[in-house]
Amino acid sequence: MAVYIGKRLLVALPTLIIISIFVFSLQKLLPGDPVLAMAGEERDPATLEFLREKYRLNDPVVMQYFYWLGGVVTGDFGISLRTNQPVLELIGDKLPVTIQLAVMAMIFALGIGIPMGILAAVWKNSPIDYLANLVALSGLSVPNFWLGIMLILLVSVNLGWLPASGYESIFVNPVRSIETMIMPAFVLGTALAAQLMRHTRSSMLGVMSADYIRTARAKGLSPWEVVMSHTFRNALLPIVTMAALLFGELLAGAVLTEQIFTIPGFGKLIVDAVFTRDYAVVQGVVLCTAIGFILMNLIADLLYVLLNPRLRATI
Amino acid sequence: MTKLTLLSALLLASTAAAFPAASADLRIGLQDDADVLDPAQSRTFVGRIVYTAMCDKLVDISQEMKIIPQLATEWNWSDDGKTLTMKLREGVKFHDDTSFNAEAVVATIERNMTLPESRRKSELSSVEKVEASGEYEVKFTLKSPDVTLLAQLSDRAGMIVSPKAAEELGANFGSHPVCAGPFKFVERVQQDRIVLEKFQDYWNADEVFLDKVIYLPIPDTTVRLANLRSGDLDIAERISASDAESVKSDPNLTYADVIGPGYMAMYVNVGNGARAENPLGQDKRLRQAFSLAIDREAINQIVFEGTAKAGNQPFPPTSPWFNQNLPVQARDIEKAKELMKEAGHETLDVELQHANNTTQTQMMQVIQSMVAEAGFNVTLKATEFATLLSEQTAGNYQLSRSDWSGRIDPDGNIHQFITCKGGINDVKYCDPDVDKLLNDARASTDDAVRKEKYDAATVILNDDMPIIYLGHQPYAYAIDKGVKGFAPSPDGMIRLVGVKDAD
Repeated sequence: MAVYIGKRLLVALPTLIIISIFVFSLQKLLPGDPVLAMAGEERDPATLEFLREKYRLNDPVVMQYFYWLGGVVTGDFGISLRTNQPVLELIGDKLPVTIQLAVMAMIFALGIGIPMGILAAVWKNSPIDYLANLVALSGLSVPNFWLGIMLILLVSVNLGWLPASGYESIFVNPVRSIETMIMPAFVLGTALAAQLMRHTRSSMLGVMSADYIRTARAKGLSPWEVVMSHTFRNALLPIVTMAALLFGELLAGAVLTEQIFTIPGFGKLIVDAVFTRDYAVVQGVVLCTAIGFILMNLIADLLYVLLNPRLRATI
Repeated sequence: MTKLTLLSALLLASTAAAFPAASADLRIGLQDDADVLDPAQSRTFVGRIVYTAMCDKLVDISQEMKIIPQLATEWNWSDDGKTLTMKLREGVKFHDDTSFNAEAVVATIERNMTLPESRRKSELSSVEKVEASGEYEVKFTLKSPDVTLLAQLSDRAGMIVSPKAAEELGANFGSHPVCAGPFKFVERVQQDRIVLEKFQDYWNADEVFLDKVIYLPIPDTTVRLANLRSGDLDIAERISASDAESVKSDPNLTYADVIGPGYMAMYVNVGNGARAENPLGQDKRLRQAFSLAIDREAINQIVFEGTAKAGNQPFPPTSPWFNQNLPVQARDIEKAKELMKEAGHETLDVELQHANNTTQTQMMQVIQSMVAEAGFNVTLKATEFATLLSEQTAGNYQLSRSDWSGRIDPDGNIHQFITCKGGINDVKYCDPDVDKLLNDARASTDDAVRKEKYDAATVILNDDMPIIYLGHQPYAYAIDKGVKGFAPSPDGMIRLVGVKDAD
């Protein structure tokens, strides 16, 4: 097992390097000068030149990349041009926020999506199925920013139940922290729930037509047992992959949702960084997100093994 | 039963947290997050808003845009305009308890002039040296007369920081800024909040009625307003023009606005590289025709719901520096067509680049259809802001739309854009006569003489038209009714001395 995990992580290294080269070159292709963007209305040539030198923007692009890579290997992700803060510190500030949002959104997504998918599959073509499909379709087609603003107007402005936006650390004030996160997590979660529901439903339907389900029924098992321990467990494999990928996506930061609810997470950080050409921050965040994705994929594969005993021999 | 109790306890707890207890805390919603909180290094507008509460300056700006005392109580210029002597306020303390005196002023100004990361160098470029001529008196010696120095000292270049903290933190001063303003720094969470609390030893502490000020960057205007309505904010700055009506009709809110010192304009590439080689860049009659085809008041009504001000000069009509002999002209299509014909064109293709946000796009579409009637075929090129900026600097544009936030001294709105060697002269306009007028205006300490020079310069510019001025944006605020004593300042800053929060 440990060897397997080790191997997988080793294989991930080239992927990370390729991603970083890719993002680095894409950024350099963008027009716009970071120092100029940062200077705003004060463009003193001497200061601009000093900053270009300081952040090595005058070096050849390849050298800039290796300089950055050299830093990363020794744990130095560079300094943000915009705020003068070390990138690693910025990531350290934002990561817990994004993880909290992702976990809470995932709770909504799983809690709504999977039961709905199961119900829709079991009572296929019944009003329950239609209703679930309707809900899923709305979840997919209603834009996040619209739902977000509507919720703020209804829940915060009219009803006054939850704060309209903002963020509080869960370690400082857990109640307030969860309150501020409920709406954004719900908004993010509903869109994902819709995808999960569709996936669960089709996966369940596929398994339900298998021979062993007929056998289970013939054995006289209760319908509940058939659904939960025979159908659902086997239908779970593709759902796990899906959920893990969705979680990875959430770690990349929910740009619009974070913007609407003013949550200081990865999404806002990376958008601001791209607009101000804060290269080091973009690089750092993308690398961090890529690592998150790779880890989630690994976890999904390990969960496979847990769910499907036949796969245990392959490890 | 236990479950029920737990549930109600949770509910109670959440309601308590949703409606925070009453105290004199003021929560201000900002449009962006500030950058580094060091007056020597920072460059954002919202950063200046935060400094207004945290860092006192040598001089301040009145509601009438006049320079008034703050840390300096009086000042005078030498006859040759090369020496500025300032008397300083006594008994002032920095937030770290060090005393404010002439040495502190000298240390700060020198820091602004020499710190490699400093963004204040060009603002203080006329200063040759600054020295303490007494415990509470400083003397600025200038390389050449520069009356605009006072206006520079009314902003970040004149914010005096604790020499002890500046020495200890160096370029990292922004991590814990220590100044001499009414509120002191408590904490900052990037992109989330900046918290300040009342400084008990402030020299004017009797006029400070708030215990705490919290700045929250909320970029979306709709959400900023929603936060105000739900009671999570007390003041929301820069609300959008389309929300002005709904704020005015809300019984719980007050609307306030003031025309800022800046301008909205279109820059014509008249000499910046190969792309200036086109009829619009070379023939002033075409630029005049373009300008005449625009109905500035209609733009104000359509795009800004009447909250802005139509304009045709670098200074707003509300400013004492506005040239009254050049009133904002009405739209004149016939005259525009005539000028086009004179220049030998029935129609003319123009590419206009602008920032890709809703207001700009709407405004440019209105202009596009207005000038079409005079024969201009305008292609709009929506560009992301950082790109627009570098294209404009590099001269890779024909006509470019951008804003200037404005400066208190008229020099800041015109000199660097239009003089041959101006730092932001992206149009690369160059006229020795204009240079002379603007340099003379900078050197004179007599406002009447300066006004004469600026009037003469605006006449030339209004004819040559390298920059087509469109109007002046307001600073608009929505304020909770519980907040008393707040008045919008023409520089867009939020001054909190005297403000009370009754909530």
